[in-house]
Amino acid sequence: MSAYRLTRRLPRYLRDIQIQVEEVARGYGLDFFPTIFEVVAYDQMNELAAYGGFPVRYPHWRFGMEFEQLAKSSEYGLSKIYEMVINNSPAIAYLLEGNSLVDQKLVMAHVYAHVDFFKNNFAFRATDQGVEQRTGEPIRKWIDTMANHGAIVRRWADRVGIERVEEYVDHCLSLENLIDPQKPFLPTKRKDEREEEETDALELALLRVDRDYMESYINPQAFVDEQREKAAEERERARRIPEHPDRDVLGFLLDHAPLERWERDILAVIRREAYYFWPQMQTKIMNEGWASYWHSRLMTEKLSEDSEIIEYAERNASVLETANGRLNPYKLGVELYRHIEERWDRGQFGKEWEDCETLEARQSWDRRTGLGRKKIFEVRSLYNDVTFIDEFLTPEFVAAQKLYTFGFNQRNDRFEIESRRFHEVKNKLLFSLTNAGQPFIRVVDKNHENRGELLLSHDHQGVDLRLDWAKEVLRSLARIWRRPVEIHTLVDNKPVLLRFDGKEHVQRPLK
Amino acid sequence: MSLRIDEDHGRFKQIVRGRIRKNLRQYISQGELIGKQGKDVVSIPIPQIDIPKFRYGDKQKGGVGQGDGDEGDPVGGDPQPGDGQGEAGKDAGQHVLEVDVTLDELAEILGEELELPNIENRGKSKVIDQKDRYVGIRRVGPSSLRHFKRTYKAALRRQIVMGGYDPSNPIVIPTRDDMRFRSWKTEEEPIANAVIIYMMDVSGSMGDEQKEIVRIESFWLDAWLQRQYKGVETRFIIHDAVAREVDRETFFRTRESGGTMISSAYKLAAQMIDSDYPASEWNIYPFHFSDGDNWSVDDTLVCIDLMKKTLLPASNVFCYGQVESPYGSGQFIKDLREHLKDDDRLITSEIRDRDAIVGSIRDFLGKGK
Repeated sequence: MSAYRLTRRLPRYLRDIQIQVEEVARGYGLDFFPTIFEVVAYDQMNELAAYGGFPVRYPHWRFGMEFEQLAKSSEYGLSKIYEMVINNSPAIAYLLEGNSLVDQKLVMAHVYAHVDFFKNNFAFRATDQGVEQRTGEPIRKWIDTMANHGAIVRRWADRVGIERVEEYVDHCLSLENLIDPQKPFLPTKRKDEREEEETDALELALLRVDRDYMESYINPQAFVDEQREKAAEERERARRIPEHPDRDVLGFLLDHAPLERWERDILAVIRREAYYFWPQMQTKIMNEGWASYWHSRLMTEKLSEDSEIIEYAERNASVLETANGRLNPYKLGVELYRHIEERWDRGQFGKEWEDCETLEARQSWDRRTGLGRKKIFEVRSLYNDVTFIDEFLTPEFVAAQKLYTFGFNQRNDRFEIESRRFHEVKNKLLFSLTNAGQPFIRVVDKNHENRGELLLSHDHQGVDLRLDWAKEVLRSLARIWRRPVEIHTLVDNKPVLLRFDGKEHVQRPLK
Repeated sequence: MSLRIDEDHGRFKQIVRGRIRKNLRQYISQGELIGKQGKDVVSIPIPQIDIPKFRYGDKQKGGVGQGDGDEGDPVGGDPQPGDGQGEAGKDAGQHVLEVDVTLDELAEILGEELELPNIENRGKSKVIDQKDRYVGIRRVGPSSLRHFKRTYKAALRRQIVMGGYDPSNPIVIPTRDDMRFRSWKTEEEPIANAVIIYMMDVSGSMGDEQKEIVRIESFWLDAWLQRQYKGVETRFIIHDAVAREVDRETFFRTRESGGTMISSAYKLAAQMIDSDYPASEWNIYPFHFSDGDNWSVDDTLVCIDLMKKTLLPASNVFCYGQVESPYGSGQFIKDLREHLKDDDRLITSEIRDRDAIVGSIRDFLGKGK
């Protein structure tokens, strides 16, 4: 305990900086959870990073692998983790021991903006665990939750053996991305509501008849039969589970797969954590952009001493650099916020602006509306990466930031620049962000072909699945479902079925 | 300081070990480990261990980048774009994980995989090693060995007792009597010593491929014996019609064109043992590799005589590996087997190609001698 206190307590001089940064940040209108900073050594930092920022997770070799990679690359001087902050209330952030004072200041400024984002962006409401009665603030005790998850998995590992548990966790992690990000925001239907709908569907949709003798003319027997058939079909559909294709495959498996208790517990853990991490994947550009925007403002306007400004500038430049033609989410985000701020400051929005087609007028457009600051705060609350790009990316911005699309050229066996046109850049960018760049998979039927087999479908949007991996995932699914599993997708634009029955893989064209 | 991650890290390493073990035969026959040797560690490339998920295939996908360049220019001047936006290009190409494994661990994996028994010590441990260990504290010594903390404590204690210590001005000045120094004790421990004498035929009929096989095999033999004994010495003898001692580099590089007189090498080895490695104190492992072509039947008889009289009695085991070459007759192994078939101190093994290396290692080391 004493060793813990010694290593974790923030030294006085950092505490002073923290108070200063917090005050300045609040002065600019940032609204954050209480934030706790801890100073950690580089190997502890690597450990925490391997665990996704949390001090305690469930046991799994993959964290060990991450650690190995982080440790290697930090030993060779290839990378260094400056800061880490977790979405928790109170928020926990880590400072790297031995960093210069300027770095620590910068990191703190950056962290407070992240915490503001965690607290206010809508996507992160999915990580709320309730509301504090007294203050009305959301409860997010994810450090505890993750530690509890660790305890659950460890307990089962003690009972059924670490090898079995770890192997099972591997399978679950293969399915980790099969969740429905919208689900946390949907109202859960009560059971009787559902039943009501079912009985409705049973009534025949016949036409209204005012006079009885007209009955056989308005609703002839053929029509009645047709309606009856339709209703039967409807009933058939209603009996199908799931009723509608469901993206929350993990949730579906929890409800319907023949799991043992330990398997159910562990799958539930993996699913909860998947939902926890999803908002961060959905808001990478916005979140990093927001943090970079504010560390720049705070550092240049309030926090840096004259003697520190060069060091700050150098560090800032390395955070925002775009080397080797890569897109840097920090850079893209911060520039887009600044672009929005400028547009709303100058009144470059609304119908009049949209309709204006003279270049000169557009360039000199300035209505002195001064709404920029207000607008970016609104944006940080109400958008995610997809809607952020969709709504605010402009041709001017794409040109100024030199964005381009690239693709693989088979003939030259290399990735090449394809286009700098606005629409293509925007579309490709949106595609790579939609569903965090991952394919849409839905579970369609739990009793496929009336054989108790599980049917999934891939909503193909122009890019094929990686087939060798898809087959491995089917293997994991079959392990959990304990019956054959099948997925329908497109390969080279032709419908294809992939199937695994517990022994062998089948891939064949779908009629 | 121990970290919480150690457990998971350990599990990961275990998985890596499993992979290495699974592919050990391949690693052995390809010989790709040897080039990557550091001092005590070997860095082994294994394919990155990924958890498969439903993901997009790479090549159709592309992405968005930022920077200069015209349409059709390669991205970032590099066929792999690395992280573009989102996941684009992240999975391009197969990532390779380089894992450091100590030689000791590698030998252990080898032992497990080939089910090699540990070598029984023949009790030849008369060689005594002296070791200095710092075990105590004394009042005199060189200042390079001064024990700061103990010195400070002694001075502090004295000052408090004498009433000279002022907590508000905590200056502690040690006097000569306060000085404490580390002291050492010399311990003697017996060590099991071993020497490996590699002999190789470098006459014209031994080609590069044959030598490569010997090189790979000797790497693993070294690794295993080094694990079994503290302080293993290696000596190298090459021979055609005459023998001479060389260093490791030369051993694997030399190519002569003369005839072959195996007895020349055996004579030199016998001399070497006689002068440097008394059989009563050393575990001696002569390994001889040739393509089995000897100059004459007479010379073969001389060899067998040498074996019987000096080499075999002195050695733990004498290992003869015959590497198949298009030019060699392969007669020598038959002669050895015929004349010495009852002597279990002689181990012979035929190495047809690289894939046979594993079997041959097992032949040589499988008896646990």
